[in-house]
Amino acid sequence: MIEDAAIEVQGLNHFFGSGEARKQAIFDIDLSVVRGSLTILMGPSGSGKTTLLTLIGCLREVQQGSVRVLGHELYGSDEATLVGLRRRLGFIFQAHNLHESLTAAQNVLMGLQVHGGVNAAKGRRAAHHILDLLGLADRRDYLPGNLSGGQKQRVAVARALVSNPEIVLADEPTAALDKASGHTVVEMLKALGQTRGTTTVMVTHDPRILEMADRVITLEDGRIVADSAG
Amino acid sequence: MSQLLTLLFGRLPIGWLQLSHSRGRFFAAVAGVAFANLLVFMQLGIMGALNGSTVAPYALLRADIILSSEDGNTLTDAGHIPRARMFQALGVPGVAAATPLFIGNLPFTLPDGSSVSLQSFGMDVAQPGFAATEIAAALARLSLENTALLDEATRGMPPDVIADLTAGTPFTFETGGNTLTAIGTMQVGGGFMADGMMVMSDQTFLRAFPNRSSGAPNHILIRTDDGVSVEAVIARLQAALPAGNLRVQSLVGAAEADQTYMSVERPTGIIFGFGVFMGILVGLVIVYQVLSTDVADHLREYATFKAMGYGQPFFLGIVFEEAIILALFGFIPGFLVSLGLYAGLVNVTGLPVAMDASRAILVFLGTLAACTLSGAIATRRLANADPADLF
Repeated sequence: MIEDAAIEVQGLNHFFGSGEARKQAIFDIDLSVVRGSLTILMGPSGSGKTTLLTLIGCLREVQQGSVRVLGHELYGSDEATLVGLRRRLGFIFQAHNLHESLTAAQNVLMGLQVHGGVNAAKGRRAAHHILDLLGLADRRDYLPGNLSGGQKQRVAVARALVSNPEIVLADEPTAALDKASGHTVVEMLKALGQTRGTTTVMVTHDPRILEMADRVITLEDGRIVADSAG
Repeated sequence: MSQLLTLLFGRLPIGWLQLSHSRGRFFAAVAGVAFANLLVFMQLGIMGALNGSTVAPYALLRADIILSSEDGNTLTDAGHIPRARMFQALGVPGVAAATPLFIGNLPFTLPDGSSVSLQSFGMDVAQPGFAATEIAAALARLSLENTALLDEATRGMPPDVIADLTAGTPFTFETGGNTLTAIGTMQVGGGFMADGMMVMSDQTFLRAFPNRSSGAPNHILIRTDDGVSVEAVIARLQAALPAGNLRVQSLVGAAEADQTYMSVERPTGIIFGFGVFMGILVGLVIVYQVLSTDVADHLREYATFKAMGYGQPFFLGIVFEEAIILALFGFIPGFLVSLGLYAGLVNVTGLPVAMDASRAILVFLGTLAACTLSGAIATRRLANADPADLF
């Protein structure tokens, strides 16, 4: 076991389907991610990076092997434990998945309210603050339908980060952003890692941010084929 | 509204925000619930009028026990009973007085040529103690041959006739080949069996209905001695009177039995009951359709919330929040339109269709229950919200 590892994966295999249609997506992966680091997962489509991300994110059941997240073994964990762990993570989805009937600020607030007992005024201030940091001060009360793709993505980033998660799992978070905005988001994630120990695992094909990563892992056909510092 | 609900729930009112975001769907859902409420209110209103008009004639009587033929169904839809039972009953301990009651329908031709039907009571005018206070004083005057008290709430009765009668001017009219003179009024109102009522002496009644016999009234009314248990006297009467084709009931019990008969056994009651069921069903289907579509449309958002760590109670809370909002917003217009339609129905039919608090509360609670049930069924779709599919 590696000291201060936020994520530890050992002998991980994962399958989809059953019977003759059963197909293995992840092959015997071992991986350890240090707390506070920014790790990028790369690889062609179907290489297993998204499956790995969902397994670390407690969104899929671990079938074989071990996945330890923030010190908790996921293999065999009950739903309540997984839900509790997910509240300590921050998710950034490529497709934003903002709630269409909530304003930008309300969407961000949802990232806080999941923890319960949040003072309404404090929650609102926190949501406004992070939106301001992401350059959306004048879009707080806009519905997602009235925001551009890049603005939506920044709201999704704000929602994931507002509750100070211990791990951020991101799927192409900069794909919809211009160079400056993408740079701001990754800088923010790096800063969180240095100041608060927030660990980030990011799936991306964006070459602009590779140099900012602490580590780049390449997967092919469900196996790690390269693992190097950025 | 959002701020109020935020205070109420202690979280963002996502259900309300979702509903109000899709305004077209929201208004359609509210209109559907309001329509279902309207259906239920109308059916219950007419059913209430049916029950009310069935027992309304009881208000003219003052008795503890009523003897009837088992052939009959209700007070006004009654068979015949031998008058000899009255004399036998008078010999039973605890019976203070007894009197026959004759009931029949008389046609009444209005000045404009149209005809209404009057439910007529023939009572022994020498026993005003069996008549309600409203008509007891006038009963003695009915000993005059061919006189009657006319129901001033009779459906279709010209107002000037009632105005003259109220002012003390008798009103003479032809009915069933006889000439009767109305010398006063009382107020009961029309129902499903007749347009109004008329009270006359038993002698006048027998002249108006030549086929009826004084030896075979429709009911025998009994008053018990003061302080004697009505139930005990009923038991004694059942023991003393010949068994077969005789029903002995308290007057209150008879009224309740009449209501049950009209609601449960008569086709009209069953039809209105079915109408209530259909109204509830319509509401259930509409709310289910709206909520399940809403859940399906927001599956990705719900899956996102699941990924963030929101549990099942949170999602159930959203769906139930929507159900309660639809119930509330649908009930208010449904209730208000029903009030207007009730007033119109009373105006047109003269039926005692009235809204009371218990019915309004009952329908609201029913709406709430139906919406919640629809919401509970709609939440099954939440199982399809898989956060793993988001990546």
